[in-house]
Formats: sequence, structure tokens, C-alpha cells
Amino acid sequence: MTASAAILDDVGSQPAVDDSFFSLQAVSKSYGDSWNRTEVLSGVNLGISEGEFVAIVGFSGSGKTTLVSLMGGLIEPDSGSILLGGAPVQGPGPDRGIVFQNYSLLPWLNVRDNVALAVDEIFSDWSASDRENQVRRFVEMVNLGEAMEKYPAELSGGMRQRVSVARALATNPKILLLDEPLSALDALTRATLQDEIERIWEEDRKTVLLITNDVDEAILLADRIIPLSPGPRATLGPSFPVRLERPRDRKAINHDPEFKKVRNMVTQYLMDAAASVRSQTYTAPVSLPDVQPADLSAPRISIVR
Amino acid sequence: MSTRARVIRGFEFAGLDLFVPFIRLFSGENPREQVATIVRTFGTPLVAIAVFLCAWSAIAASIETSIGAVPGPVAVWEEAKNLVAEHRQERQKEAEFYVRMEKLKEQYAAQGRPWKDRKYSGKPTYFDQIWTSLETVFAGFIIASLVAVPVGILCGLSPTFYAAVNPLIQVFKPVSPLAWLPIVMILVSGLYTSENPMFEKSFISSAVTVALCSLWPTLVNTALGVAAVDRDYLNVARVLKLSWWRTVTKIVIPSSLPLIFTGLRLSLGVGWMVLIAAEMLAQNPGLGKFVWDMFQNGSSQTLAQIMVAVATIGIIGFLLDRMMISLQRLVSYDAAAV
Ligand SMILES: Nc1ncnc2c1ncn2[C@@H]1O[C@H](COP(=O)(O)OP(=O)(O)O)[C@@H](O)[C@H]1O
Ligand SMILES: [Mg+2]
Repeated sequence: MTASAAILDDVGSQPAVDDSFFSLQAVSKSYGDSWNRTEVLSGVNLGISEGEFVAIVGFSGSGKTTLVSLMGGLIEPDSGSILLGGAPVQGPGPDRGIVFQNYSLLPWLNVRDNVALAVDEIFSDWSASDRENQVRRFVEMVNLGEAMEKYPAELSGGMRQRVSVARALATNPKILLLDEPLSALDALTRATLQDEIERIWEEDRKTVLLITNDVDEAILLADRIIPLSPGPRATLGPSFPVRLERPRDRKAINHDPEFKKVRNMVTQYLMDAAASVRSQTYTAPVSLPDVQPADLSAPRISIVR
Repeated sequence: MSTRARVIRGFEFAGLDLFVPFIRLFSGENPREQVATIVRTFGTPLVAIAVFLCAWSAIAASIETSIGAVPGPVAVWEEAKNLVAEHRQERQKEAEFYVRMEKLKEQYAAQGRPWKDRKYSGKPTYFDQIWTSLETVFAGFIIASLVAVPVGILCGLSPTFYAAVNPLIQVFKPVSPLAWLPIVMILVSGLYTSENPMFEKSFISSAVTVALCSLWPTLVNTALGVAAVDRDYLNVARVLKLSWWRTVTKIVIPSSLPLIFTGLRLSLGVGWMVLIAAEMLAQNPGLGKFVWDMFQNGSSQTLAQIMVAVATIGIIGFLLDRMMISLQRLVSYDAAAV
């Protein structure tokens, strides 16, 4: 019996996708023209219940951003369907808030206006003061009340990412898609923001899909972890539920046997999948996607709050 | 921010970066380094200017023309002072004229005779001509910008539109102002036939010619800037479902402003160059006409006066450019890129 088969026995099969709040059914996506076509994602199935926090873990270049763009409606799948609340999603929309891997803040707007751009558009029927309060509430939620008037170039990477989270949350999306929100940050900032994401999620239990390349981060935050096998033709593996009490304390869970078990299983699954990809097909070394946080031409200062 | 930092920022913003080391020096910040910077930024240009002036006077003295010797720097400086004095005299005369008119008006009123105001009709001074030139170049520049920015935005947004107009742009871009001007003059005299014209025809012809020649840099740079808007910013707009108009005004234009302003700055430079030629031909009372008139009357002062005009044109062009740089800094989110 192979290691991955043993894991499958342990965690059981995937939940049925049909009645899910948000679901992907047999979604595939290729890039390139007909001569030189690579199928990045192949037959991806996924079901997320309302209020659930799901983490997808995968290596760089395996197609995680492609998956988020599909869910967000920024690109169309070649085949398969994506449903939100039972209805197929058509193009991008504010019901799926996206926190982009490179923040995508508008450099000519300060923190307030970056968030206000979203709030003013989505809640255009609200009074000006209600919209203003909404902006303030979410900027304060991510602890940036003091930096309201600052421009992105004046913020550290962690602060920019916070603004990006505030902008996505302030539009009250049905599901929040986080594409490697913390992978460009230093370890300390990363830990602080992980705690912050956990706190914010505890507050309103929004449906969240977190993409990450850090298994520990996934365990700390998610209810369920799904590995994405390395591409090409990447697809989602089985779910690994994380049965750890919330709120989770990063120091305490480090010694929890459940933490160690999930960590080993997910890591083992990813390693096996990578090994089988290597043995089955000859592929050029995985090319790293050239996604970088926007260089706002300011010296990067790491401010650990 | 400290007061000093604020003053320095103000200077940098005004395009006076050159003077920043002085502020730093006076506030006692690392004097040795500041002095070195000052020597480099002021000392070397001053030496170069001195060398240029010496070479000029040496060469000028050795060239004879049909209308006398080529004037050296001193003669040109004298001529510049003459022009200033002439301007003062003319203003003096004008003031006296209006004083006399007021008196006459009172007399007429006392005698119960009808009175009609008259305008002073002295000849325009050098400074009047500079002013006309500035008005003309800005009129042309504004016309050019009003056309070039919207068309440039459309070009950047729609590859189809760009493909359609690109051949026209490529063909019209290299046309010399001297070729446009006759067409413009004929059209203006044909179309602009108001009883009581607000503007001189020559003014309109010059301004339109300036516009025709200077709109291209703005158009091309705007199109480039708009086409290069970061896809990520557009994705933000798509997720929020911003309308077309809001996407253009909130995302596309702010993001391309630095390049739009680069284009505007180039356009104003081109416009200023074109203007002199246009004024000469159109006989619009500006610096171009001044140069032409001086050339025509061929007196012993001709060359010196034209050289004053050349220096004036150069200095004004330089100041206009600095002005555009400051404006560009004002609107650009990315001051470092300027
Ligand atoms: N627009 C695109 N055109 C062609 N290939 C792409 C495009 N976007 C991504 N890819 C390729 O698809 C693969 C997955 O990319 P991506 O989804 O960005 O990976 P990840 O986010 O997991 O690092 C990579 O090999 C990348 O080179
Ligand atoms: Mg990615």
C-alpha cells in the first residue's frame, strides 16, 4: 500500500460537491496556443460549505494563482463549471473578494481611498457618512487606523497586505479568496498577520479560501487543507481536516499531536505527488511564476507591529 | 517633517533642486559635501558659460558682415538693455496718453459734446511681443491637449481604434509647421469671418499651427501610458465591476498620468519651437515677427537684436520645461520616476 492510499483511508473521501456553497466541477484550464499548449489545471473538483475556512497548499508554479483567477472569474475555464450558491459565476464580481498575491493597491490613492474606491462602488446606495464609517471600520479592523492617509509606497509589505485584506472585506463578499497573501513577507510579519487573519475570521466567520505554500500556515488557519498536486495538469488531492480547537495558539499547537499528524500527511502527500509527476513525465524544472509584489519604488521597511 | 525638510521638498517640487545644497549648507548639514555639490552643480556650468562667452567675443570680432561686425556678448547685452528702456518709454507714453484722454473727456463732458474712448495705439514693445508669443503658444498647446489626450486614451484602450488611426498619426506627425501654416491661414480666413473678431486671424493661424505640430508627442505618450496600465489594476476594477467611465477616470488615467505629462512636456517644447516659425510667416505680433522685422530692416543693430531674441526664446523654453516638470511632479504618484 502506498503512502497516499493510506492517507486516503484515514481521511475519507471528498465531500459531495453538489450541495456546496461554492463549488468547482471538473474545471480544466490550459495556456498557450494549439502548438504549444500546457494544461495547467486538469479536472479540479472542490466544494466549500458556507462559513468554512479552506486552505489549498501547493508548490510554486503549480497553478494556484490560475485557480484563484478562475474562481474570481478573471479568466474562463476551458471546461467544467464554477458555482456560487448554486448559480454559475459569470465573470468577476464583488461577491468573490480577491486578495491578490501582489496586493494590487492603487499607488496614487492613499489607504483610505483605496478602500473607499471599493466601498463607494459596491455600496453606492448608502449615505456618504455610512460609506465613510464602513471604510474606517475595516481599516481599523486591520490595525491601520493610524495610516489612513498614507500612500502604498509609504507602507511596509505587511501593511500593504493588510490594506488589501481590508479592501476585500469591506465590500462584504460572500467568499474571500486569498492568493498567497503572506508569502512575500518576512517571518515575523507573517506570523503577526496570520494571527490577525485568524482573529478577523473568528469575528464574522466568512467563507474563506486561502492559497498558500506554507503547510504550517494552513494548519493554523484552516478547517480543511487540500493539497494541489504539482503541475502541469495539476489537480486537487483529498481533503485533510484540521481538528484543532479554536482559537488556535501558534505556540501551543506546535506540540499538538493532531498538528504533527496533519503536517506529516499533507507534506507526505505533496512529496509523493511531486515524485510521481517526476517519474511519469519528463518535465523541465518547474518554472517559477514571475509574480512579484508591486515594486512601489520605495525602500522596503519591515515594520513589525 | 521638519521645517527644513519641508523647505527642501518645496524647492525640489518647484524644480529648483539645484538650490537644495545651499539650504543644507546654511542649516549646517555636512558642509564639506554640500560645498562639493555646489561646486559641481554651479561651478562647472559657470566655467562653461564663461568659456562660451569668451569664445563668442573672440570669434565675433573677427567676422565682418554686410551690416557690420557680428556683435559680441557685450553688444548684445547693451541691446537687451535698450529693449528694456524702449519698453519703459513706451509704457510712459501710454500712461501720458491716457492722462491726456481723461482730461479731454472731462472737457467734452463739460461742453456737453459726445465722447468716444480711444485706445492707445503705440507700437508693441519687445515685452508685448513676448507676451503675445506666450499667449499663442498656450492657446495652441491647450487646443493640442484637448485633442491629443482623449484621442490618446481611446488609442490606448482600443487596439482596433489605434490600428485605425495609427497610419494617419505616422503620416501627419513629421509634417513641418511651414507646410501646415498656409493651409491653416487659408482655412482660418475662410471660416473665421466674424464681424467683431475676438482674436486676430494671425493669432488663430499661429495657435492652430502650433497645435497641429505639437499634439503628437502627447497623443503617442498617452496611448502608450494607457496601453501599459498594469493588468492587476484593471483586475481590481473588474472585481469591483467598475463602469467603463469609472475605470477610465479612477484607474486608467491616474495610472497613465506620468506618461501623459511626459507627452505634454514634450508637446509644449515642440510648440514653442514651432511657434517662432509660425509667427514669422503668419505675421502674428510675437517674437517670431520681431525677429523677422529686425531681419527686414537690416540696421546695424539687427544682429544684436536677433541674438537677444534667440536668448529670450531659449530662456523661456527652458522655464516652460521646468514648469511642466513641476506640474508633472504635482500629479504623479511616483515622483521618483520623473
Ligand atoms: N497568462 C499565462 N499564460 C501562460 N502561462 C501561464 C499564464 N499564467 C500562468 N501560467 C503558467 O501556469 C503555471 C501556473 O502558474 P500560477 O497559477 O501562477 O502558479 P502559482 O500561483 O501556483 O505559483 C505556471 O507554469 C505559469 O508559467
Ligand atoms: Mg501564484
